[in-house]
Amino acid sequence: MTPAVIDDTTLYAVLAPFAAAVVAPILTRWFKHNAAWPLALVPALIFLHFAGFIAPVSEGQSFVAAKAWAPSYGINFSVYVDGLSTLFALLISGIGTFIILYAGGYLKGHPQQGRFFSFLFMFMGAMLGLVLGNNLISLFIFWELTSITSFLLIGFDHLRAASRRAAIQALVVTGGGGLALLAGFILIIAATGEIEMSTLLGSPDIIKDSGLYLPIFILVLGGAFTKSAQFPFHFWLPNAMEAPTPVSAYLHSATMVKAGVYMLMRMHPLLGDTVLWTTVLPLFGGVTLIVGTLLAVRQTDLKLMLAYTTVASLGLLVMLTGTSHEKALEGAVLYLLAHSLFKGALFMVAGTIDHEAGTRDITKLGGLRSAMPVTFVAACLAALSMAGLPPFIGFIAKEVLYYGTWGWLELGLPITIVAVIGNSLMLVIAAAVAIKPFFGPKVETPKHAHEGPVLLFAGPVVLSVLGLVLALTAHTTGVLFVGPTLASLTGVFAELDLHLLPTKINAPLILSLITIGLGITLFTQIDKLRALIASVLMAIGWGPDKGFDQFVSGVVSISSLFTRFVQTGKMQTYMLLTFGFTAIAVLVPAYLVDSFPAMPRMPDYRFYEWGILLIAVLGLIAVLVAKTRLTAIVSLGIQGFAVALIFMMFGAPDLSFTQFMVETLSVVILALVMTRLNLSPRDHRSVPQAVLTGVVAVAVGLGLTLTLLAITQQPFDSRLSDFFTEFSRSIAHGRNIVNVILVDFRGFDTLGEIAVVVLAGLCVLALIRVRTKPDEEELAAPSEISKSKPAEVR
Amino acid sequence: MRTVIFRTFAPYLSALMVLFSIFVLLRGHNEPGGGFIGGLIAASALAIFGIACGVASVRRAIVFHPMSISGFGLFIGALAGTLSFFKDQPFMTSQWLIFEMFGVEIALSTPLIFDIGVYLVVVGAIGSIALSLEERETD
Amino acid sequence: MEAGVAILIGLFFTVAVYLMLSKQLVRILLGIAILGNSVNMLIFTNGRLTREVPPLIPPHLYVPETATANPLPQALVLTAIVISFSFFAFLLVLAFRAYQELGTDEVNKMRVAEPEHDQTPPQGY
Repeated sequence: MTPAVIDDTTLYAVLAPFAAAVVAPILTRWFKHNAAWPLALVPALIFLHFAGFIAPVSEGQSFVAAKAWAPSYGINFSVYVDGLSTLFALLISGIGTFIILYAGGYLKGHPQQGRFFSFLFMFMGAMLGLVLGNNLISLFIFWELTSITSFLLIGFDHLRAASRRAAIQALVVTGGGGLALLAGFILIIAATGEIEMSTLLGSPDIIKDSGLYLPIFILVLGGAFTKSAQFPFHFWLPNAMEAPTPVSAYLHSATMVKAGVYMLMRMHPLLGDTVLWTTVLPLFGGVTLIVGTLLAVRQTDLKLMLAYTTVASLGLLVMLTGTSHEKALEGAVLYLLAHSLFKGALFMVAGTIDHEAGTRDITKLGGLRSAMPVTFVAACLAALSMAGLPPFIGFIAKEVLYYGTWGWLELGLPITIVAVIGNSLMLVIAAAVAIKPFFGPKVETPKHAHEGPVLLFAGPVVLSVLGLVLALTAHTTGVLFVGPTLASLTGVFAELDLHLLPTKINAPLILSLITIGLGITLFTQIDKLRALIASVLMAIGWGPDKGFDQFVSGVVSISSLFTRFVQTGKMQTYMLLTFGFTAIAVLVPAYLVDSFPAMPRMPDYRFYEWGILLIAVLGLIAVLVAKTRLTAIVSLGIQGFAVALIFMMFGAPDLSFTQFMVETLSVVILALVMTRLNLSPRDHRSVPQAVLTGVVAVAVGLGLTLTLLAITQQPFDSRLSDFFTEFSRSIAHGRNIVNVILVDFRGFDTLGEIAVVVLAGLCVLALIRVRTKPDEEELAAPSEISKSKPAEVR
Repeated sequence: MRTVIFRTFAPYLSALMVLFSIFVLLRGHNEPGGGFIGGLIAASALAIFGIACGVASVRRAIVFHPMSISGFGLFIGALAGTLSFFKDQPFMTSQWLIFEMFGVEIALSTPLIFDIGVYLVVVGAIGSIALSLEERETD
Repeated sequence: MEAGVAILIGLFFTVAVYLMLSKQLVRILLGIAILGNSVNMLIFTNGRLTREVPPLIPPHLYVPETATANPLPQALVLTAIVISFSFFAFLLVLAFRAYQELGTDEVNKMRVAEPEHDQTPPQGY
C-alpha cells in the first residue's frame, strides 16, 4: 500500500523538542525544578499527536510528509509513519514525558538543571527524527545527533574523569558506528537510486538483487550493533551509567540503545530473511544475551545490574530479529514494548533509591519496603514483568518468543536454549533488584530513606502499571500496537490475536516453567554465582573496555609519532618534500597519459632577443655562484631587468615598466637589509645534499618547461581576450586594454589585490616595530599584567 | 651614498619623479601607465629622497604616515565602486562624466578614482616598507 | 615563438628551487625573488607570445587594427608583480627580524615553533 501524504504537523512534532530545548533553561530559571511540569507538556502533546495515528495505522495505513532541505542532492526532511515508527514515537514521547518529570525531581536544586532539560529535549527531538526518518540522509543526521546529545548527557557531570571517559567512549563507539551506517546508506542510494525509506520498502528485494548486498549488510550492522551495544561493542553502555539516572532510564533502556534494534527491524524487509542475516544476527544476539546476563549477575550496583541486563535484552531482540521467523519477530516486538516499560521504570526506581537512601549498592540496602511504599509497588510490578511472570506483558512476550524460537526450524534448539538461559538469568536479576533493597531487615543507609516526591514516583508507577494494563487488555494491545509493528517488519499486514494466558499446554508454557524454575534455583545461589563469574573474569583479565583505553592511548601515541615524522621541524625537509611532490605532480601524470610536447622548432628570435635571453641566463648563474652579498644582489637585479626586457620584447610595456621599478626597489631594500646584517650568501650544503636538491630543482624546472611547451602547442582559446579587446573602448572608454581590465572589467579583483598590498605593508611595519625585551620590562613594571605581555609595540 | 651632489640633487629628482608618476597615472587609461606603475615610481622617489636626506625629512614632506595614505587609497578605491549604487547598478559598475572645459575634453570616471586609489595604496605601502627599512639604517 | 622562453622559464624555476632549498636565509630569499619572476613569466607565456605589439587601441579606432599581444595575462601579471614584491619585502623583513631575535641565519636551527625535544601529548580523558 502506498503511503498517504499528510500535512506538516508531524514534521513540527519532530522539531518541537528542539524548540523546548531553547525554552527550557529560561523556564528553569523562573520556576526552578517545577519547570518540569510545563516542560513535560511538550512530549505529552507529541504523544497525543502520535496517538492519533494508532487507529489508521492499525488498519494498515502509512503516511509520509516532507519538506525540501537540500533538494539538489535529494535530501529532504521527511517522515514516514507506519506501525514501527508509531510504536517508537509513542515510546519516546510517552516515556519522555515521565523522564522530564523525573528529571525535575532528581536534579532538584542542581545549578545546571536547565541545561540538563535542554540536552534531554535535544535528544528527544533527535530520537523522534531518527525513528520517523524517511530520507536516508536526514535519518543519518538524526542518528548522529542522538550520539552527540548522548555524549552531552553522559558527560553532564563533566568535572569527573569517569564521566568524561564514558561520554567519549559512547561517542566514539556509537558515532563511529554511525559513520559505517552513513557509508551503508550511501551504498544503498548508489545501488538503488532511491533515497526515501518509504519507496525502498515499496520494492523489498531491490537491495538483495543489487549485488551490493554484502557491503550494505555489514555497514548497516556496524551502525546498529554499536548503537545497540552488541557484543563486542557492549562495553560503552554500562560505562554510560555515569550519567544521571534520568538519562540512563531514558537513553540507555527505552530509546537510544533501541535505535540499533529499530534500524534492524526497519531494514528487515530490505535486508532480512537471507542466510547471512539469519546466521550473523542470532549469533551476535545470542552471545550478547548470555554475556550481558552473566555480567549483570556479577554486579552489586543497581544501575550497573540493570545496564547489563539491558545489554542482554538488546541481544535477545537482535537474536529474535535475526530469525526472520514471523512468530519470533512478534515476540521481539512484544519484548521491545515490555522492556521499554519495565526497564524505564526499574531505572527510575534505582535512581529514586539512590536519591533517597544515598546508595545503590544492593549489599548496603534492605528493608526499604515500609519507607518507600509507592516505589516498592512500582518496583515489584516492573520486576515481575521483567521476570516474565503472568499477568504482565513480559510474560506474553516470553510466551510468544518461545513459540517463535521453538518453531524456527533451522536453529531452533540452540536459540531456544540460549533464550531460556538468558531469561532465567534475567529473572535472577529482576528478583535481586526488586527483593534485595525492599525486603529483609532494615539496613542503615547513608541517607535516612523516605518516599520521594511525586515527580520521582510518577514515572515508575505509570510505566509499571502500564505493563500490567497492556497485558490485561492483551487482545487490544495486539491489534493496536504489535500487529501494525509486525506488519512493518514482515511487509505483510495480518490480524493478530494475543492472549494473556495460554489456551492450552504447549511447548512455550513448558519452556516458561523451566525458565522460572531455573531462575529461582539460580537466585538462591546468587552469591556463589557472582563469585564464580568474578573469578572467571579475573582469569581473563582483559575486556573490550580495557581495549578501548589501549586503543585511545595507541591513537595518541601513533599520531604523536606520525606528527613527529611528518613535522620534523626542519624547513629544508618541508621544502624538499613540497618541491619533490610538485615535480612528481607535473611529470608523472604527463608520463602516464603521454602528453609530453613535441620537439619544438628553433624559435626565430633576432640576435638582440637572443642577447636578452643570454643576459637572463648569465644573471641567474651569477646569483647561484655569487661569493659576496653585493654580487648576489647585483646579479639578482640583472636577471630581473632581463625579465623586464623580455616583457618589453613581447609587447607588454606596462609589465616591463612595473618589473623595472620593482626590481630597482627590490635591489634597494635587499641592500638596505643585507648591509645591516652579517648574512652570508655562501652555500653550506654538503655535496650529496647539493646533488639531491639539485635533482629536485632540475626536475621541477624540466617539468614546468615541458608542461608549458605542451600547453603552448595546443590551440589557443582567445574568446576572453577577444572580448576585452573588442569592448575596451566601446564600453569602458579606455584605449589601454590592460589598464581597462585592471580598473574596470576586473576591478573587483584589483580591489582585493590592493587590499593585500596594504596588508603586506602593515605587516612589515608591525614586524619592524614589535620588540621583545623581557629584561627591561621586568625592571620597569614587575606586575602580572606586564609579564603576560611579552611583546611591546614601540 | 650621502655625497653633497646626491643630497643637493635628490629633492629635485624626487619631485620630478612624483610629477612624472602622476602623469603616468593619469594617462594610464589610454597609454601605457596606470596606478600600479605610477605608484611604484612615486615610491621609488620617496626611497631616493629618504636615502639622500634622511627618513625624517621624507616623513615631514609627505605630512601623513605612508600607511595612512595607503589605507586612504584602499578606502577611495572601495568608495569608487559604491557610486554605482546611486544608479541602482551592481558594485563597481563604471560611471562616466565626460565634458568639455576650455576646449579640451575631460573624462572623469569611477575607474579613474579607483586607479588613484590603487596609486595611493602602492605609494603608501611600498613607500612605508622602504622608509622603515631605511630608518633602521640611520638609527 | 614560445619555445625559447619556455626553456628559460624552466631554468628560472630550477635556479629558484635550488636556492630555496638551501640552509641560508639569504639564499632562500634570493630564490623567492627569482621564483616570483618565473611564475610571472609562466603566466605571461601561457597566454602566447606576440612580438612588439602592445595591447593598445589607436586614438581614431574602436578596436586595434592588427592583432596585439594578449592583454589578459598582462593584467594578471601586473598585479602579481606588485603583490609578489610586497611579499618579498615582507619575507625579507621577517627573515631580518628572525635573524635578530634568534641569532642565526640557518633555517634548520630555527626551532621555536617545533622544538627539537617536544614533550609527548597528554594521555587520558
